[in-house]
Amino acid sequence: MNLTRYVDTAFANPKLLIGGLGLAIIAAIALAAPLLPLQDPLDQSLFAQNLPPFWLPGHDASYLLGTDSLGRDLLSRLVWGARPVLIVMVLGAALSGVVGVIVGLVSGYLGGGSDAVLSRIIEVFMAFPPMLLAIVLVAVVGPGLYAVVISIALIGWTRFARVVRAEVLVLREQDFITAAHLLGYRWFRILFQELLPNIIPMVLALLALEMGRAIVVEAILAFIGFSTSDMATWGGILADGRNYIYQAWWIMTLPIFAITLSVLTLSLLADGLRLALDPVIRR
Amino acid sequence: MALPTLLGVMVVVFVLIRVVPGDPISMMISGEASPDDIAKLREAYGLDRSIPVQFLYFLKTVSTGHLGTSISLHQDVLELIMGRLPATLELAILALFFATVLGVSFALTSVYWRGRWPEVAVDAANALALALPEFLWALLLILLLSVSIPLFPISGRTDPSNAAVFHTQFYLFESLFTARFSDFAEILRHMFLPAISLALPLTAVIGRVLKSSLLDAINQDYVLLARAKGFSPLYVLLRHALPNALIPTITITGTQFTLLVGGTVLIELIFAYPGIGNMLFGAAINRDLPLMQGITIVFAVVFILINICIDMSYALINPRVRLD
Repeated sequence: MNLTRYVDTAFANPKLLIGGLGLAIIAAIALAAPLLPLQDPLDQSLFAQNLPPFWLPGHDASYLLGTDSLGRDLLSRLVWGARPVLIVMVLGAALSGVVGVIVGLVSGYLGGGSDAVLSRIIEVFMAFPPMLLAIVLVAVVGPGLYAVVISIALIGWTRFARVVRAEVLVLREQDFITAAHLLGYRWFRILFQELLPNIIPMVLALLALEMGRAIVVEAILAFIGFSTSDMATWGGILADGRNYIYQAWWIMTLPIFAITLSVLTLSLLADGLRLALDPVIRR
Repeated sequence: MALPTLLGVMVVVFVLIRVVPGDPISMMISGEASPDDIAKLREAYGLDRSIPVQFLYFLKTVSTGHLGTSISLHQDVLELIMGRLPATLELAILALFFATVLGVSFALTSVYWRGRWPEVAVDAANALALALPEFLWALLLILLLSVSIPLFPISGRTDPSNAAVFHTQFYLFESLFTARFSDFAEILRHMFLPAISLALPLTAVIGRVLKSSLLDAINQDYVLLARAKGFSPLYVLLRHALPNALIPTITITGTQFTLLVGGTVLIELIFAYPGIGNMLFGAAINRDLPLMQGITIVFAVVFILINICIDMSYALINPRVRLD
């Protein structure tokens, strides 16, 4: 079997390996949260407020990582907080990707007037500070996980569109596209059967990066109270910790650690994907 | 170039704030209002007319500088924003200053000591600064430099007890130019953490780009010649290689500066810094549509102005652009 070859390739690209494993771990934690023997992340206890984690004096054995200001178990909140992260990063990145790739493909391939208009629209969206757009959108639509997903797409699609457009501008001058024209393929087929497969590797790397950004945007919106209030979120823990920073500094360290690790993981994954999928770099 | 973008900005703001939620009036008032009152408000805001007419009306009022009255603060939106904008600009400029100084020293350090440990250390620091967004830097810096080692305050622009009088809203610059150094130091201490958090991602970009162009430059003949003339390596690096390597760095700093300005929204919020980013947050919480709209437009205008400045600076830096 080719198993050894796969193992060799995996170890030749440690970024991809670590990044992929990290993403799998985040997903596994999110999916397994209900199965784990944890307390309810929303359960409050007035007798156990701001308890420190196990390595600090004064901790309570039943709260491994301590509690927040309402006496909610932090370990459980951290684990359950991976669920909104998973939802938001998958949906947010996918939505940005779909919109951005379609705009980029059409704009780069058609050129001329449509390209001018689409490029101008991209420019307009980039004339806003990204977080400002996200905050205004959620304020107008009303807080919630799906508002967060939409705001991620609203600020993320331009990144895909610009890169894809630039790539298509180069690709469409190549011989295989000329050949497709000579064969009489319709524009739809050229876009999705000829051009799209060639940009997939790049789009995958962009998706990994966008997932990292989505985590941060969600954390920020949750931090200011604009994400979901029915679920435990990492940003929500941060906001609570920020209020009690001088009494219970450890509350903030846990979600910071989780977010930092996830963002680094996904940026490693993006780097690894770029290396693995780019035939020029691979050689 | 800028005008169509500005028009597009207006369309986006208009759509985002007026059309998406359905009825802005219902967001402005409580449930107690009578249908009659609602109709009056709709008429006052021109909402009883068709969407294109509303848009033209909106363009007309905005282009004459009327951004309306804030619902939560009951003051003129433009006045409110102009009172806060200087604080945001000061923060962005200080962050740009930090990013440039740090980024250039990073690049010089790693090129001067290339192949030895300072290069490894600086490269690692750079990679980390680039990988984490300013949001995480802000929180990490609060924990490190304010909670574990209480060096810097984490909120506001001055100490609440400070009774100093300022004639402009540019506290930092005013205290510097009027030589009130104790005020200056206090304001700087308040601005330090927010400015550094904003600066770190840009620091990494500057460090990386300048390093690679410096590495190109030191292999050029003129550098070899300068070395052959007997100038010290440090002198050659600073006086011969650096000026030639700066152009790509200036270009990228310009484009990245808009990102930094955008980052102020969040940083002001985390540090309770009284700029327009923080005001946006208050407006969003109170669903103050005119104020949100005004801040969005002002930010977009600032972005477009920065881009125009960047385009013009290309001509100054690179004579080849000037010819055509």
